[in-house]
Amino acid sequence: MQKALKKYFPVFVLPTMTAFIIFFLIPFILGLYLSLCDFTTVSDTRFIGIENFQKIWGDSTFVHSLWFTALFAGASIVLINVLAFAVALFLTKQFRGTNFFRTVFFMPNLIGGIVLGYIWQLIFNGILAYYSKTLTYSAVYGFWGLLILMCWQQVGYMMIIYIAGLQSIPADLYEAARIDGATPSQRLSRITIPMSMPAITICTFLTLTNSFKLFDQNLALTAGQPSDKTEMLALNIVHTFYNRIGWEGVGQAKAVVFFFIVAILVISQLKMTRNREVQQ
Amino acid sequence: MTKKSKASNHALTALFSVFSLVYIAPIAIIVYNSFKKKAYITRTPFDFPNEKTFAGLENYVEGITKTNFWDALATSFFVTAASVIVILLCTSMAAWYISRTKSRTSRIFYYLCVFSMVVPFQMVMFTLSKTADYLHLGNPLGLVFVYLGFGAGLAVFMFSGFMKSVPIEIEEAAMIDGCNPIQTFFLVVLPILRPTLISVGILETMWIWNDYLLPYLILDLNKWMTIPIAVQYLKGGYGSIDWGAMMAMLVLAIIPIIIFYISCQKHIIKGVAAGAVKG
Repeated sequence: MQKALKKYFPVFVLPTMTAFIIFFLIPFILGLYLSLCDFTTVSDTRFIGIENFQKIWGDSTFVHSLWFTALFAGASIVLINVLAFAVALFLTKQFRGTNFFRTVFFMPNLIGGIVLGYIWQLIFNGILAYYSKTLTYSAVYGFWGLLILMCWQQVGYMMIIYIAGLQSIPADLYEAARIDGATPSQRLSRITIPMSMPAITICTFLTLTNSFKLFDQNLALTAGQPSDKTEMLALNIVHTFYNRIGWEGVGQAKAVVFFFIVAILVISQLKMTRNREVQQ
Repeated sequence: MTKKSKASNHALTALFSVFSLVYIAPIAIIVYNSFKKKAYITRTPFDFPNEKTFAGLENYVEGITKTNFWDALATSFFVTAASVIVILLCTSMAAWYISRTKSRTSRIFYYLCVFSMVVPFQMVMFTLSKTADYLHLGNPLGLVFVYLGFGAGLAVFMFSGFMKSVPIEIEEAAMIDGCNPIQTFFLVVLPILRPTLISVGILETMWIWNDYLLPYLILDLNKWMTIPIAVQYLKGGYGSIDWGAMMAMLVLAIIPIIIFYISCQKHIIKGVAAGAVKG
C-alpha cells in the first residue's frame, strides 16, 4: 500500500506542504534572520548581529510587559482552572438543567477577543463611573478587567474539558471508596483530582498559552493604556513594529525572545504535568 | 431519590439559574444599550432605554453605514467558509499520507506541524505580511491560502492523532479490491474521519471567524474588512469610540455566532472535548 500511495504525494501532501512552507516556514526562518538585521522592509536589510537584542533590555516597556504577562498568566491559570473545575464538579451531578447551564457557560468562548474587549470596556467603565474612575485610570484596573474578561471567556471551555475528564472516571472507584468509608473530601483529593490529571494537564497548558499569546482582548479592552502599563507581550511587539519608526529590528528580536519564552514554558509545563500523570 | 437530595437538587438548579443570568448579563446589557441614544450609553450603561433615551434603529443604521457592515459580513463568511473547507480537505489528505507512509519527509513534516503550533503569531507576522504582499495575496482568496498554511499545524496534528487509531486493514482491503489511493481516501477514510473533521472544522471556524491581526495585516483594508476589523475600525485614530455605532456592531457581530452555536451546539461541545483530549 505504501508504494501505491507514494506515487500520489503531489495530490495528497503538496498543497498543504506548499502553503505551510510559504506562509509559515519561510516567514519563520526569515524572521529569525531579520532579528539580527536593521531593516524597514524585507529587501532592505543590513546585518548588525545581536544589537537588536541588546536594545530590548534597555526598553523598559518590554520588561514591564513581560512581568505583566507573567503575572497575568499565573493569576489566570489558577483562577480559570479552579473555577472551571468547580463548575464541572457541580454540572456532572444529577440535577435539572445541567445541559442548559453548560451551554450558557460555554457560549462566551465563541465570541472573538475584539468584540469581548469592547463589551467589557463598557461594563467596567460603567461600574467604575460610580467611583468617578475609568478603566484606564490605573494599570491595576486593567489587570483585573482583563482577568475577569478572560475568566468569563475561558471558564466554559475548560469546564467542557473537565466534564469530559470527570465522566471518564469509572464509577466503581467511588463505590469502593464509599464502602471503605471515605469522606467526600477524601474522595475528591484521592480519586477525582488524581484521575483528572490528564484534563488538568490539557487545561493548564491551554490557559498558559492563551494567556501568553493574548492579543485581541488586550487591544480592545485597554490597548495598553494607561501609558503602556497594561501592555502584554504580544501587544508590545505589535506596537514596537508598527508604532515606532526604525524599531522593526527590535520588534522582530522581541518576537524571537517571545517565541523562546513560549516554547520553553510549553515544553517544561508538558514535562512537569506528564510526569505526574505517569506516577499514578 | 430521598427527599433531602431532591431539595438540594432544586437548590442547585436555582443557584445555577442565577449564575447563568449573571453570565448572560454582559450580552443583555449590550443588546439593550444598542437601542439607546449615544449620549446615554456610556453615562448610564446599566439603565434600560426609556422614552427619553430610546434611539430606535439609529445606532444600527449608523454602524452599518460607517463600517460597510454587510461587506464585512460577506468577507468574513467567505474567508471562514472557504478556509475551513480547504483546510479540512487538504490537511486530512496530507495527514493520511504522512501517517501511512514511513518516509523521512513525512516524519519531518509532521514534526514541523507540531512545532508550528507553539510559535506565536508575532514571530512571523511581519515577514508573513510582506510575503503575502509580495505574492499579491491581499484579498479574501489570498487569505484562504494563508490560513491553509497557518492552520495546517493544528489540523495535521489532530488528524494524524486520530489516524493512529484507525485500523489500516480497512484501507488495505479497499486497495486490494481495486481502489486507487484517491478512491480509498474519499470512499473509505474520509467517512471514518467524520468526527475529527467536525472537531477540527469547529476549532478552525472559531479561530478564523474571530481572528483579527492576521487579516488586518494581510488584507488590503481599503477594499476588504472582516467583522473584527470593522469593529476595531470604529475606534478612531485618537482612541475616541462612537459608542452608539459600537453597540450596534457588537450586537450584529454576536448574532451570527449565536446562530452558529444554537444550530450545532452539540457538535461544538463534543468537538471541543474531543479535540482537547487529543492535544
